[in-house]
Amino acid sequence: MSGGEYDDRGNKDLTITNPAGQGELGAHPGTGQAMDTASAFLIGDSMTGGYGKGPDILHDCTIAVNPGEIAVIVGPNGAGKSTAMKAVFGMLDLRQGSVRLDGEDITDLSPQDRVVKGMGFVPQTSNIFTSMTVEENLEMGAFIRRDDFSDTMAQVYDLFPILKEKRRQPAGELSGGQRQQVAVGRALMTQPKVLMLDEPTAGVSPIVMDELFDRIIEVSRTGIPILMVEQNARQALAIADRGYVLVQGRNAYTGTGKQLLADPEVRQSFLGG
Amino acid sequence: MDFLNALVALSNFVLVPAIAYGSQLALGALGVTLIYGILRFSNFAHGDTMAFGTMVVILFTWWFQSMGITLGPLPTALLALPFGILACMALLLVTDRLVYRFYREQKAKPVILVIVSMGVMFILNGVVRFVLGPDDQRFADGERFIITAREFKQMTGLREGLALKSTQGITVVVAIIAVALLFWFLNRTRTGKSMRAYSDNEDLALLSGINPERVVAYTWLIVAALATVAGTLYGLDKSYKPFVYFQLLLPIFASAIVGGLGSPVGAIAGGFVIAFSEVTITYAWKKVLTYLAPEGLEPSGLVQLLSTDYKFAVSFVILLIVLLFRPTGLFRGKSV
Repeated sequence: MSGGEYDDRGNKDLTITNPAGQGELGAHPGTGQAMDTASAFLIGDSMTGGYGKGPDILHDCTIAVNPGEIAVIVGPNGAGKSTAMKAVFGMLDLRQGSVRLDGEDITDLSPQDRVVKGMGFVPQTSNIFTSMTVEENLEMGAFIRRDDFSDTMAQVYDLFPILKEKRRQPAGELSGGQRQQVAVGRALMTQPKVLMLDEPTAGVSPIVMDELFDRIIEVSRTGIPILMVEQNARQALAIADRGYVLVQGRNAYTGTGKQLLADPEVRQSFLGG
Repeated sequence: MDFLNALVALSNFVLVPAIAYGSQLALGALGVTLIYGILRFSNFAHGDTMAFGTMVVILFTWWFQSMGITLGPLPTALLALPFGILACMALLLVTDRLVYRFYREQKAKPVILVIVSMGVMFILNGVVRFVLGPDDQRFADGERFIITAREFKQMTGLREGLALKSTQGITVVVAIIAVALLFWFLNRTRTGKSMRAYSDNEDLALLSGINPERVVAYTWLIVAALATVAGTLYGLDKSYKPFVYFQLLLPIFASAIVGGLGSPVGAIAGGFVIAFSEVTITYAWKKVLTYLAPEGLEPSGLVQLLSTDYKFAVSFVILLIVLLFRPTGLFRGKSV
């Protein structure tokens, strides 16, 4: 059968075989991993790339958020979660793949231009202007807007009532959880079409973390799709419509939050059983 | 014991000159601190920027004087000041376009920009000397005094006189206006706030859609105005000599660092700290102490802690003390 030079030998005997017109195409549909990116509002599609001329960190990684949903990227340390987020926001040198927002290819846009296009990004660290008051932070968030943004500011204050109380205080004097609220509020001031949060609960106490998750759900209820990187995989997947488990820069598992939480393999490897 | 005379003598020789000098230093230090906060390097060319702006003011003053245009009791230089500011703005924007922007695009380390600014300093140095020469230039005119010592004595009947030069009065008034305008701009306007945001967190400012080139251009414009005003006031009050402006760099840097680099309030406070230290330490206290000391205990020497030739040492020592014990400066600027 499979024997190098002797292969196909007997088949040449046309008295017993008839190869003419034999079919060669075979049907092999699917990867076995459903990505469900058809209706994605924001998608980083099969992205491969790294920082500068360095080695690739992401390998064929796909991240997508559907309209009105929360998508969460989880994974072990060093899996490239934040890197994937940065790639979607244009802060990574992509060598392959594309990023599309609402069907429009934005792969070649700078981060600033993506903000103008309607992406809001909250970095993991130094995500507020510490020397400026809370209100000034929000004003700076709305810098690209030339219209009256007072109603947006009122909405942000409704969402984060503590910020209204502290609006004259320098943001650097606030607690960790309040700083994160300022950071999210600042990003919301542009009225983004999609919000990206890089580990919003990093370094805050469990109680504050719960509150932050509640707030994020509230933001999501206003209709803004949210893409979020999280360390606290279990809690994050619980509120996620869609979860991406990355391992070494690759999509390892993809599914709805519930599916991933129920998946024995995911539980075993990332959620501690 | 004669408190009143002591107080008047103290005001005449220490307080009034120190306040005027402090205002000039504060204006200079504000320029340095703005550049430090936004372009993130210490601008060694600042003294010579002041010299250049003042040079243009002087040329315009002479031109106006030759045409017979004056401001009556006020110095003609005030009329020429806007032209000096405009020329200085043009100079700084051109320098930025030709020199600094190149290094910004390379994302050069701040220390490289410091060295670059030294190069700019030498060139400006040469330009100013080429145009106006290295010598002293006098361009003050108008009334010399608001109150002369003799008038004051006649008015009050005291033994000591208090002279108030008009240039000192103008210095303080102009400095207050300039500082008020600057703070209003930085704290109330959209552009000013974007400058503070850019100074605070460059990445986040970019993500908020703040255009760095615009921020940098505005900074140069403001710095040009501040430098020209500071230089002109200093030149009116003392005299104009390019080398003196180069030397002013030390007290100006000391002021900015003492107050806390990157902090505008600190720059003003630092300016006055340096000015008062310099004047009080180099002042001969004999006269004031003679009034204050009890009968028979009057000092026989000059009671001068340091000769005026060493006044720059004062800035150095204060700088050392601050860097040793409070490296962030009085107003929590950036650590040096």
